Formats: sequence, C-alpha cells, structure tokens
Amino acid sequence: MLHIINFAHGAALMVALYGVFFLHQKAGLDPYLSLPVMVPAMFVAGYALYRFVVAKASHGKDENILLVTLGVAIVLENVALTLWKSDTRTIETGYTFTTVAIGPAMIALPKLVAFAGAAIVAALLLAMMRGTDLGRAIRACAKERQGARLVGIDVEHVFAMSFGIGLACLGAAACFLLPAYYVNPQVGNGFVLIAFTIVVLGGMGSFAGALLGGLLVGVVESIGGLYLGESLGQIGIFLIFIAVLLFRPQGLFGARA
Amino acid sequence: MKSQKQRRQFLVNTAALAASAALPLGARGQGASVKVGVLHPVTGFLAYSGGLSRLGARLAIEDINAAGGIKSLGGAKLEAILADAQSKPEVGAAEVEKLNEQGVSAIVGAYASAICLATTQAAAKHNIPHLVDVGVADQIVQRGLKNTFRFAPGYKTCTDTAVESLQALNNSAGKPAKTVMIIHEESLFGTGTANLLSKQLPALGFEVKDVIKHANPTRDFNNIVLRVKAANPDIVIPANYYNEYALFVRTMKQQGVMPKAIYSVLGGAASSYKFVKEFSDAANGVLDVNHWFNPKDKRAWALKKRVDAMEGQFFTYEVYLNYAAVQLLADAIERAKSAKREDIIAALEKSDWSGHMMPYGPTRFVNGQNEGARPLMMQVQKNDIRVVLPDTYAEAKPVFPWKA
Amino acid sequence: MRQLAAIAAFAVAVALLPGLTGSGVVLNIAIMTLYAALLGQAWNILAGFGGQFSFGHAVFFGTGAYAAAVLQARFGWNAWATLPAALALGAAVGAFIGTLSFRYGLRGSYFALVTLAFAEVFRILANNVQFTGAGVGLMVKLQPGAAHFQFADKAGYLHVILAFVVVGLLVSWWLKHSRYGAWLQAVRDNEDSAAALGVNVFAVKLQAIMLSGALTAAAGVFYVQYFQYIDPSLAYGPAVSVEALLGPIIGGLGTIWGPILGATVLHLLGEATRGLVSSLPGVNLVVYGALLVLMIMFLPRGIIGLVK
Repeated sequence: MLHIINFAHGAALMVALYGVFFLHQKAGLDPYLSLPVMVPAMFVAGYALYRFVVAKASHGKDENILLVTLGVAIVLENVALTLWKSDTRTIETGYTFTTVAIGPAMIALPKLVAFAGAAIVAALLLAMMRGTDLGRAIRACAKERQGARLVGIDVEHVFAMSFGIGLACLGAAACFLLPAYYVNPQVGNGFVLIAFTIVVLGGMGSFAGALLGGLLVGVVESIGGLYLGESLGQIGIFLIFIAVLLFRPQGLFGARA
Repeated sequence: MKSQKQRRQFLVNTAALAASAALPLGARGQGASVKVGVLHPVTGFLAYSGGLSRLGARLAIEDINAAGGIKSLGGAKLEAILADAQSKPEVGAAEVEKLNEQGVSAIVGAYASAICLATTQAAAKHNIPHLVDVGVADQIVQRGLKNTFRFAPGYKTCTDTAVESLQALNNSAGKPAKTVMIIHEESLFGTGTANLLSKQLPALGFEVKDVIKHANPTRDFNNIVLRVKAANPDIVIPANYYNEYALFVRTMKQQGVMPKAIYSVLGGAASSYKFVKEFSDAANGVLDVNHWFNPKDKRAWALKKRVDAMEGQFFTYEVYLNYAAVQLLADAIERAKSAKREDIIAALEKSDWSGHMMPYGPTRFVNGQNEGARPLMMQVQKNDIRVVLPDTYAEAKPVFPWKA
Repeated sequence: MRQLAAIAAFAVAVALLPGLTGSGVVLNIAIMTLYAALLGQAWNILAGFGGQFSFGHAVFFGTGAYAAAVLQARFGWNAWATLPAALALGAAVGAFIGTLSFRYGLRGSYFALVTLAFAEVFRILANNVQFTGAGVGLMVKLQPGAAHFQFADKAGYLHVILAFVVVGLLVSWWLKHSRYGAWLQAVRDNEDSAAALGVNVFAVKLQAIMLSGALTAAAGVFYVQYFQYIDPSLAYGPAVSVEALLGPIIGGLGTIWGPILGATVLHLLGEATRGLVSSLPGVNLVVYGALLVLMIMFLPRGIIGLVK
C-alpha cells in the first residue's frame, strides 16, 4: 500500500517465532495464548524500527528502504545466531499431532486454527482501514502523500503505524505458525519471496486481496506440486506472480496505482 | 560503540591484512606448534552443522595436545586456526588463502560438498593437505587432486551399502516389502542419492513407486505425505536434511501414514540424538544407513558422554567425523615426523591407521578416498539409537517390518 | 578525456598488483572485489543510468554461468569460446524479460519484483532439468592453462577480471558521454518527458537491459572458471542479485566509478569485520549489517555523493 518493500519481513517473522518459542519454553505460555503478548510487542518493535531506522534511511527513495531493510535483515539474522545459536527449535503441545477429519481429508488442527486466525486478522484489518481515522489516514497517504501532509496528517507517524501493524501481523502469524513448524535463525528466508508474491497478487493495498492471494498461492503450490513435482511445482507461484505483474498489476483487488 | 578490545581486533586485522601483502609466500609454522586450519560454515544457513563440526575438530585437538601432542616433533602441540566459510563456497576459498598465509600445515573441513569442492581446490594450489570431514559428493575425490583426503564414505558407498542391506533385511524377514517411495531434497546430496537408489533398487526386485523431490526449505509436507498415503509404499526412503526430515516424519505420523519401514539413507535426523530426544513418538522404528561411530569402542562412548554434558550439544556425525579426521591427521604428522605439507600428504597417502573410533578398519586411501570407510545401519528402538547391521557392529536386532 | 586517462591509470595500477605482492589473500580479495564491481557495473547500466531497478540480476549471471558450464561439460567447448555464447544468451534473456516488462509498462517496484520472480523461475528450472545437472550442479574440468581460461596462479585471473571491469568502465564512460547514454538518462529522469521529446523509450530501455544482461553473463562465466562448479542456488539465488545492487547504491548510482568504489568499501568492510570475535559466530556479520544500515542512513547519495 505504501510501497515499502520490506526485505526484513522474513527476519522479523523469525524474531517473532523466537518470541513465541521462548514464551512457551520459559513461561509455559501456549502459543495461542501468546497472541496478546506478541502482537503488541511486535507492533511497538515495528513502529520503532520504522521511526528510528527506516524513515531516517529512506531519503524519499524506495530503493533505500529496500537496502536498509536488507541491512536490518542481516543484523537480525546474525543477532539471533549469536544469541540463540543455530539449532532448530520446536515446541510440543498437546495438539501438535491432532487432526480433524473434514470429509475425506485429515487436516492438522494447528493449520485449521491458523486458517481461522488469518481470516480474523484480515477482517480486523479491513475494518480498521474502513472504519477508523488511522485507516483513512493510511489510505490518504497511499494515494497522495503531499496532499495528506497538507491536510494535517502526520505522514511519518502514519507510515510508522502501518509498519507497526505489518509487524504485528507477523507476531500473530508466528503464534499460529510455530506449532506446525520450527524456528532457527534462517527460517525467515523461506517466507520472504512468498510474502511478496501474495501481496502483489492480492493487490498492494487490499487485505481481502492478500487473503485471497494467500489462498490462491497455496492452491497453486499444491496443484503445481501434484502435476510438476514438489520442486518444479514451486514455479507455478512465480509464474502467476509474473503474469499478475504483467497483465493485472493492481492485483486481484487493488486499485490502479 | 565498539569496545576497546574490538577496536584493537579491528586494527589488528587491518594491520595483518596489510602485513600479509608484504609476505612472499607465507611463513611456515615452525617451533612449538603445528597449525591446523579448522574451516567450517559456522554462520549462514549451515551454521548448525558447521558449529558441531568445529566442536569435533577442537575436541580432538585438545585431546591430542593433552596426551602430549605430536611426540615425533618433540611434543609439539596442534594449534587450531578457526575459519568461517559463511555457508558460501567463495568465502571458503577465500579463507583457504588466509589459512595458507597463516602457515597452516593442513586443513580440516568444510562440511558441505559445494564448499568442499571450492576449498580443496584452493588448498591444492598451495599443496595444503585438506581432510574432508563430511562432504559426501563423490566428485570431491574424483578430480585427481593429490592434496584431498576423505576419511568418511561418500554417497555412492553409502547408497550401495543401503541397497545391499535393505535387500538382506528384506530377505531375512521373508520379503514383506516390495514397493518403495523415495523423498529427497533437491540439492547435490539428495538428488545424487536418489539417482543412485532409483537405479539400483529395481534391479533387486523392488518397485520404485515414486521419487519426490522437494525444495530446501520446504514449509509444509502435507501434500507429499498425502501422495505417500495414496501410493501406500511398503518402504519410505527419505534423503534430506534435519529440518525437512523432522517435519516430514512428523507429518507422516500426523496423517497416520505407517509404512512397513522408514528407511533413510544419510537421513538428516534419523540417527540424530536431538531428533530422538525431541520427537520420540515419530522417531521410534526409523532405520537409517548413515555415518556412525564404532559402538564397540569404549572411547566413543566416553567422548559421547563428554559432548552430552555440554550445554546444547549433541553427539552427531559432524562431531565424530571431524574428531576422527583430526586424529587421522595427527597420526600422519606423527609418522611424517614433519609439519611440512608435502610430507603430511605423503604420510596420508600411505596411511593404514586403525586407531580410530569408527567402524572402518585399517585406513587405505585410493585417489583420496578411504576405502575402509563405510556407513552402518541404525534403528531407533525404545527411544535410543542402536546399530543393527552389520553383525560385527550390531548392538541389537533390527525390527522389520515395524509395528507402531 | 580526463576520465579516460583515469581509467587507463586504474587499469595499469591494478595490473601491476601481482608484481607487488605474492600474497594469495590480497590477490583473492582484489579478484573478488573486481568481480563484485563487474556485477555492480552491469546492474548500474540498467539501474543507475536507466533508472530500472532490478532485484533479480542473478537471472543473467546464472545464464552466463550455466552457458559456460554446460557448453564445456556437455559439449566439450573450449572455455574461451563459451564467452561470446554467454554474452549472447545474457542479452537474449535481457531481451525476453525486457520485452515483456517494458511492453506491459512495468516500472519501479513492479519491475524490480518481476525480475526477482524471473530469477526464481530460472532457479527452479535449473534445479529440475537434467541439462543443467539439476540439483547436483555442474563441474567444469580442472585444467589449468591460459588456453583453457584457467590459471595456475591468481595473476591470470586478476588480469582477466580486470579486463572485464575496464570494459565495464568504458561502457559506463560511453553512457555518460554518448547520445544513447543521454537518451537513457533522460528516460531515467523522466520517462514521460523523454517520450514527449521523441526518445523511443521502449527501444532505449530494451537495449539497456540487453547490455546489462550481457555484461552480467560475463561475470557468470568468470565465476565458473574461477571456482569450476555451479549449481542452481549459486547461479540464480538471491545472493548474487543482492551483491549486484549493493555496490552501486553504496558507491554512487549512475556514475562511472560508483560500482568499483562501492564494491571496494563493502569488501574491505567484510574483511575487517571477518575476524572479529571469531569464537562467537555471527557477531562480525551483525557489525557488517549495522554498518550497512548506517551508511544508507547517512550517505544517501552513496560515497560519491560525499565527494561532490
């Protein structure tokens, strides 16, 4: 929406995953119960990161944001390596191996919860964007930055809020992801490209789009995996990505930029 | 910002860099210590394995020094010169240059095959003996490089052993298994292993139902497991790294897929104490043909005990393969009575060392590969890893097929 | 003219380096720095001079690398002969991506992302096709000798990469001073105005991406000849794409010397931090990343911006 391409997205997810892990390990907090801790914590971290690092580095150019977030990603990944070592950590919860039968399919419970969680988060974001002042301010800044400034919107604050919300979503994602996955310092790298793809597919600026984009990517990945093999099947995601960029750059739901 | 110490280190590095520009070909390490380059990927995506590899090498160096060092050189101690390949071949090669100028007599490393290819080549240009600790790709020892020595088996040996042993296992149980399915990771080790397996298994009467290649990393194994479920093979053969292996086996358990055996070849987590500890349900029953120490050798158990006592460390193949490689090197230096590179290479070529804790018998290098090297077959039984084949090293009988 | 003299002086100075030091460490650093500079120069053509930022330059690099590897390993070509083939293929891939992207009007972040996607597509293809050796990768036979584009000692490699970099410098100089270069920079500065002035925007951009692709492919050939091994991640992975863009942005976009300056600073930084706290892996990279962030925060126009 605000055209901040954040290369540190994966690294931030990794940090969030460690947060959930340690909350579980040290405080015995169930990952889902960690939501009220992780989401605000990541929001604050995101806001601060934007305000004190990204904003100061952008100098008005998109490519600088890319570079500085890249630097932040390197720092985060290696701080994690130094502090927490490189071993893969996992958590065991009572429901890790539980499955729910839906028709002929057996779906893992953590995945169902994640699905529901993602939908709820998307709905909340949508409501926020439409119904709150902040939401209106974000949309204003996206459409016309100078104009927004002229009507008295603190643009820097709005950008920082958006960044914070973005990272807060990662905090939520981490809570939903850890039961079915694992964490180590490099874990973020596998998610960065997919995240970009989904955003572009859904349409930069549309949460419903991102949600649907996510679903579409998941389906494409699975079908691609079935017909082309798991390794070659990954290509489907990127081919769709390219096709969308070429033929419908506003994505499924985005407005023409 | 930086502490005094770090600032000094920074200056020392820059000065050393400048100084090394003036040195002609690097001073040789003489006097009281023999410098050994310990080169592994301790940062980047291979950091975990790199760290364990480094641990194994350092432990060996400490132990050798504690036992009196290199006696034929008057008790000279081994000095570890640590280097980080940052999980990239080009960095590994650059580090070899540095190690060369620091006057190392030999290099041990560099864990990953792609990195080993670059480092052995860089070392060859300076005639530095390079012991390959793990790097299973057979290309490493097929380039005619005189300085390259691999103590452990490559993936062809491992695969051949795996195939023979599978046949033996199946025959002695009355041939309950006819179909197999191979799940492998997409890079050098997984693809190479899968290629060999899919060629050899049909010749022995096994039907390969499917070969599934997956990416590194793979975020989710549900689809693959569903395909396994649909194909219903008697034996599932995974060849991948720790994270994917763990996720795959856990997902199989979750979806209730229970083949007659999970038979991994160089399985990433199969014979891993860490995996057994963290996921005992999913781990039990898994068979693995992999690097392993000699279970009849008390010294191996003593070393395991020491490593287990260390916070956050596990006695993995990275540790003992590096430990053994350093010991092999020390023996060669001992017999060469010299710390000169060419003398060590000559001594390694003729090595018949059998003082190791590995199930290899006497060492014998042919074109840089130790012909005595071999993997063992292990099975996780009752939350512990036990060697089940061959009989000379077995601690328990294999349970095949496995009933959960 | 002064700039041409500077280029000549640079070439001579670096060429003499092997005579001044036999240190493998120093020569290797010089080679890797020049290699990074070459990647940066190629990227700079499209981004610095042309204003089209690519995040997937690995797509050209990998193509050049695989061209060299496949032609030698599978078809027995001489290594030098693979160079023109690699250049042609690099340009062809540039033409392909450029035609699609520019025809459909992709700009800014969208163009950047599409290049990223293409790099990934190529990586996945390379990983799954027997022709490129799939996941196993390809090894080029070790045969030292100038005739085989392999050298027993570093001086040979240094001179070759230096020659490539000098070509890059000359191309950059030409872009600064030629009519084509003026069109390209006009497109960069304001595409719509340039079009209004009669510049064939599509053709100009297409030529730039082809030129950039060819030069990047040359770097790929060099890599294969220096390391004798390539695999899909090394060829098409994000590491190369990142390396290509770091130098010019740090050193100064759209300048002749920016990529070299940036590559040098980054490599020296990497070396200086490499040995720091070696007992704690990762600390040195934290310092590296932090310094990168600080540089971007306080040096917006790159290092050249400091001088101007």
